[in-house]
Amino acid sequence: MNLIFEKSVPGRRGLKLPVADVPRAAALPENLVRTEPAQLPEVSELDLVRHFTGLSRRNFSVDGNFYPLGSCTMKYNAKVTENAAALFADVHPMTPLLPEGETSAQGALCLILGLSRLLAEITGMDEVSCQPLAGAHGEMTGIMLIAAYHRAKRNKKKYVIVPDSSHGTNPASAAMVGYEIITIPSAPYGDMDLDAFRAAMNGEVAAVMLTCPNTLGLFNPHIREICDIAHEHDALMYYDGANLNAILGKVRPGDVGFDVIHVNLHKTFGTPHGGGGPGSGPVGVKRELIPFLPGPRIIKHADGRCGLEKGTSESIGRVANFYGNFGVMARAYAYIILLGREGLIEVSEQAVLNANYMLARLREHFDLPFDRTCMHECVFSASRQLKHGVHAIDIAKYLIDRGYHPPTVYFPLNVKEAIMIEPTETESKETMDAFIEAMIEAANLAEKEPERLHEAPRTMPVGRLDETKAAREQNVCFG
Amino acid sequence: MSYCPNTPEQIREMLAVIGKTAVDELFEPIPRGLRAKSFNLPAGVSEQELLVQLQEMAACNRHLINFIGGGYYDHHIPAVVDHLTGRAEFYTAYTPYQPECSQGTLQALFEYQTAICRLTGMEVSNASLYDGGTALAEAAMMALRITGRNRIVIDASVNPFARQIVTTYMKNLAVELVEIPTSSGSADRSALTEALTDDVAAVMVQNPNFFGSIEDLTAIAHAAHAKGALLVTSVYPISLGLIKSPGEMGADIVVGDGQSLGNPLAFGGPSFGFIATTKKYIRNLPGRIIGETIDREGRRGFVLTLQAREQHIKRHKATSNICSNQSLCALRGLIFLAAVGREGLVELAQLNRDKAEYAKDRLGSIKGVRVLNRGATFNEFTLELPRDAAEVVHTLLDKGLAAGMPLGEYYAGMANCMVVTVTERRSRGEIDALADALEAAL
Repeated sequence: MNLIFEKSVPGRRGLKLPVADVPRAAALPENLVRTEPAQLPEVSELDLVRHFTGLSRRNFSVDGNFYPLGSCTMKYNAKVTENAAALFADVHPMTPLLPEGETSAQGALCLILGLSRLLAEITGMDEVSCQPLAGAHGEMTGIMLIAAYHRAKRNKKKYVIVPDSSHGTNPASAAMVGYEIITIPSAPYGDMDLDAFRAAMNGEVAAVMLTCPNTLGLFNPHIREICDIAHEHDALMYYDGANLNAILGKVRPGDVGFDVIHVNLHKTFGTPHGGGGPGSGPVGVKRELIPFLPGPRIIKHADGRCGLEKGTSESIGRVANFYGNFGVMARAYAYIILLGREGLIEVSEQAVLNANYMLARLREHFDLPFDRTCMHECVFSASRQLKHGVHAIDIAKYLIDRGYHPPTVYFPLNVKEAIMIEPTETESKETMDAFIEAMIEAANLAEKEPERLHEAPRTMPVGRLDETKAAREQNVCFG
Repeated sequence: MSYCPNTPEQIREMLAVIGKTAVDELFEPIPRGLRAKSFNLPAGVSEQELLVQLQEMAACNRHLINFIGGGYYDHHIPAVVDHLTGRAEFYTAYTPYQPECSQGTLQALFEYQTAICRLTGMEVSNASLYDGGTALAEAAMMALRITGRNRIVIDASVNPFARQIVTTYMKNLAVELVEIPTSSGSADRSALTEALTDDVAAVMVQNPNFFGSIEDLTAIAHAAHAKGALLVTSVYPISLGLIKSPGEMGADIVVGDGQSLGNPLAFGGPSFGFIATTKKYIRNLPGRIIGETIDREGRRGFVLTLQAREQHIKRHKATSNICSNQSLCALRGLIFLAAVGREGLVELAQLNRDKAEYAKDRLGSIKGVRVLNRGATFNEFTLELPRDAAEVVHTLLDKGLAAGMPLGEYYAGMANCMVVTVTERRSRGEIDALADALEAAL
């Protein structure tokens, strides 16, 4: 399909602008003037509509396809949450910063405060800031809070511990805050190796970052022991909330001993993923870390009105333009109010049931590196298929031809040829059964006709793309 | 409400396959002692009840006529932007890890990168960052990586919120952040040149700056380059319809907030941040980058490229920790720019300037009011009032006017000043009403 720039016709116009109701301004000084307009497309509105409608058809999406992309919680996004967010589209973020301006933005401020309190209860933390703009941004903010905590206590800290199964964002976020990383291997049963962790733990460790259940979909039963060991060294426990969908109403990270947490509203709380964002990554903390939270903080005044507080002198400062990705928060707030207590418990129960059903039905056909009851996702390995020259990526590409977005492949890094399936709670048994049949068919083809898998996908607008060429030529801008 | 489709019968069948009799048994790997102590949330509601609740909340926001900006602008959003980005195929997809079934998102983001390059006059752009402020912080970190130096010089007339974000990001790194004080609404050139020592990684400026002044940055670019430092420029994309591009002025890294490109005010987010640079620095860019390539049959296609910079491959050695960015908002930006088009962006920028110049004349001629900007402005300008600006803004707020942003809290000695923003959405009548109200309030 041609680019919108290739469809451009010199002189063609799209949007009509209003006629000026004021006199034309004097020209800008010559040294400030742009001499040649930016070469933006010249298209009609219909050109535009056809182009982007055409592009949209070249995407798989949750609304169109089963999308069991492990670790990303691609659940169905309730449509009514869109209506909810639209109610707040026109509020200028500067409004509450004007003198007495808080009064004019009570709805928006109270929504953020309301969401923070709901998230605090859900995670067992004492206070939540919704300012971070995505999961990784929440992680970085959380590690900044931990750095501020240690600075205030004059602790000399240098390291952050992560398990080898962690999301790449964990070590990357800690590095952004200036920490060195210690990686702990996984034990043969899939959890972080407890002995290796004990041996690595020392007084210079600032924090331990864990995902629980981890990226293998396994719940670590020794989590409290890990928290205790860390706390003995005045290291703080960081909970990566990417997998919170598994434990809603079952476990609260705050109860277990975690000090800082981020949640991904676009995963657990059902907001659309947008082709790679916007997300939202609120951060929750225990009481002793509240003074360090980013400013401005949303608070409730004594008279019951919601408002802003700049943040204490100990605050890490501002991490986003304003109060966070408000539009995402509004959707998540609507989702939580809609589902309520029982609905959220049903989410984790059905998510775990669906994943275990997937595991039970596919275990005969694919190697299972860690044979335990899983939580919200299960991780297989294509090592059995590799004996026939078939890789996880070949199975993924075959699934595309069958109309499925593939599971996450090659992650976590500690599983060879990993295939990570997260069905989520919103998928029906029929959908999963059909997917399972496709997976079994892939396993059969791997043995009998592996070339069919190597050739996939054949039904898409393009076949497998030459990524080496893309990286070598670095053609990232047209013309 | 529940979006879980399986019936009790199906749940029993599934449990039988798993070899369990109840869903609770699946949670047995979680020791009893670790179970939730509380989960005290309200009961769920229906769609209808939800909307009533939220409408009541939204009704507590008050509609104001906005003469405030500061990085977020009240522009018209063409209807086509909502309709096309609302297509679920864009809306409910995720990061295009599997390119064959994600060509829609990938091609759109490649087009977005092209639009940003053309707008800014730069050679390469990534596929978006979170917002303008975090983009500025990422640009600072990028400059530190490229130069291997540890000092950043930032002009105080850069948006104060963006500067606060940069400060937050730098706090834990061995980096010195030098702030150049502003002199009545413009970068203090001599102080800037003086601060430009041999260990400076980047000089960071904003154009138009927070006070609304437009400057030619060419000389600053030369001065920075002479010392081996990079020039990082934050820009307001709509202004680039009229103003010389940062690329032409010699910027090395250009950032900005994409809210004004088709994203609603939405109480501050989501919008997107953009970052663009020259080809030689592409490997130092943070975030996703889309590249063009071909498939086995020679058909053009697009993929995530140069992923070896990113956290999911490089982990702690990545150029940034960013994973999810703001794809859908960037798509809004692309559709906005294509809907407005080549000539349309020039006209839109002109219309903004026309309205703002009219307002500047009207407000500036009120007795006791002075326009602070010495040089040209785009659609924002700074007024000095004969009394405390916060008090005046408070008075006008009661009349439904968000008259401007008082500066006292952000700049020492500027308590009587406020920044006024006028977009194409403000009518002559609204501007006249503001002028009358301001005159009456003084």
